[in-house]
Amino acid sequence: MAIFKERQYLRVDVDQERDESLWMKCKSCGELVFKRRVRENNNICPNCGMYFFHTAVERIASLVDDGSYDDRTEPIVADDPLSFVDSRPYEERIEEAREKTGMGDAIVFGKAKIEAIPIVIAVMDFRFVGGSMGSVVGEQVCRAIETAVEDRVPFVLVSSSGGARLQEGLFSLLQMAKTAAARQRLADAGVPFISVMTYPTSGGVQASIASLGDVIIAERGAMIGFAGRRVIQNTIAQDLPDHFQTDAFAFEHGFVDRVVAREELRDELATVLGFFGEAS
Amino acid sequence: MSDERTLDLLETKIEELRKLNEVDGMDLAKEIARLERKLEDLRRELYSSLTDWERVRLARHPKRPYALDYIGEIFDGFYELHGDRIAGDDRALLSGIARFDGRRIMVLAQQKGRSTEENKERFFGMARPQGYRKGLRAMAMAERFGFPLVTLIDTPGAYPGLEGEALNIGGAIAESLATMAHLRVPIVSTVIGEGGSGGALAIGVADRVLMLENAVYSVISPEGAAAILWKDRDRAKEAAAALGLTASRLLDLGLVDEVIPEPLGGAHKDFPATAAALRSSLADHLDDLAVLPIADLVERRYARYRATGRFRPIDPASE
Repeated sequence: MAIFKERQYLRVDVDQERDESLWMKCKSCGELVFKRRVRENNNICPNCGMYFFHTAVERIASLVDDGSYDDRTEPIVADDPLSFVDSRPYEERIEEAREKTGMGDAIVFGKAKIEAIPIVIAVMDFRFVGGSMGSVVGEQVCRAIETAVEDRVPFVLVSSSGGARLQEGLFSLLQMAKTAAARQRLADAGVPFISVMTYPTSGGVQASIASLGDVIIAERGAMIGFAGRRVIQNTIAQDLPDHFQTDAFAFEHGFVDRVVAREELRDELATVLGFFGEAS
Repeated sequence: MSDERTLDLLETKIEELRKLNEVDGMDLAKEIARLERKLEDLRRELYSSLTDWERVRLARHPKRPYALDYIGEIFDGFYELHGDRIAGDDRALLSGIARFDGRRIMVLAQQKGRSTEENKERFFGMARPQGYRKGLRAMAMAERFGFPLVTLIDTPGAYPGLEGEALNIGGAIAESLATMAHLRVPIVSTVIGEGGSGGALAIGVADRVLMLENAVYSVISPEGAAAILWKDRDRAKEAAAALGLTASRLLDLGLVDEVIPEPLGGAHKDFPATAAALRSSLADHLDDLAVLPIADLVERRYARYRATGRFRPIDPASE
């Protein structure tokens, strides 16, 4: 589409450095920026506007009313049903991700409020094995949905995931069916589901729960799609447009209702939630 | 696989001897019998100890029976329904009404091509959004008329390409999963060859999930897993073993309900026998499901998927 041709697509930095230095170099504009300012600025480069990764905790803080988040994440961790070993054992991978992130797996959820509207919010964290969905992520999504149904408050899911977690094999694939099935419980109860797709929402997550929102909002800079650029080029060697699977591509092709800048996401959610109010 | 070629060679030899025996009246009966015993032994030896990778090769075997073979053999009067009413007709994912003994059923099936020409049309059984949306149409219709849904899965995965992505293949798969999860008719899904990832599961949310003995079902192809996790596509054999994708393993893990036996050497070695086994399993499962009130059926299906997953509580002592 011609209107998108000239646009520079926003990039999201995948390898955000987590060292203890005070300054960081923005990979987009090259400017040395004060880390604390980046944090305080929603993980957005104050110089060029590049988005850095949000952790799940940072994402929640940026969206919900101060002090309103009541964590309900189930205290469960992944099993290793296949005793999976690739370049290293899956158990080791999980152990390391848990230490690095302080999380049980790639998602947290809880009760919270946005502009005083009560919701249940679940947020994925890309740092944890690429935000991939295995048994634990699938289970937490379902329990978050059940909590929303029980409280009859809207469900907000913020996705950031490469897709199904390969190391749990078919168990992971079936989480797509499990979460898609749970989605119907929201519909049956008349509880709205707002799906927020961020960088990246792909593979088995895009092809299940994330695409089933009543309203789907893409964060600016999101990457949204099923099979990645590399997979397509390896399989059928097809040329792909520059804006393939960007936020603009998703909007242009009707996958999402809106594309919203990170700084405006909280207001956007408040606005859309306001239309539904509390289910009665 | 090279061992299989040896068997085929031996088979051809026996056939030749048999012809000689008839034509020349030479008494080769003893020799033929000896070779046949040997063939049977070799076959048993080879196929009783297949590696997971060899199973993958069998599931993709060019002679393996495809969906239309089974549809023709098992069902009567398959009446194909074409088109998603939006963007086109996908030839990799077929839908249609059929008769099966006394029943009327809705069939959804992935179909690979036999020839290069046919595969141009069928994309090697890789469905595009048009296919999954045609599937949604068929599901809605099945529900409207109370036709049980029978799906036959045989795909390397959903078609990866610009067109499919632009038509939101992920969204189409998601809709299909959600719709099957609460569809108000019995659903029996069978993996007859390759069960490749989300493209397979999209027609595989069911009350009963069956697999042919040499079929495979996986979150990703062994080659894909090798490329991503081992950074080396050539390590697909290892990946196949790690992914736990065989029918017997998945039965052990409680993820499929029944494994339908195949003749030694694979379904293509005795297609009528394989089709008969599939027919009888499908009939049994459909009979079982027919007696359940629909509300119970849908609730049980939900419970089945809701309970899928392996995790454990965080042990506070070890933290």
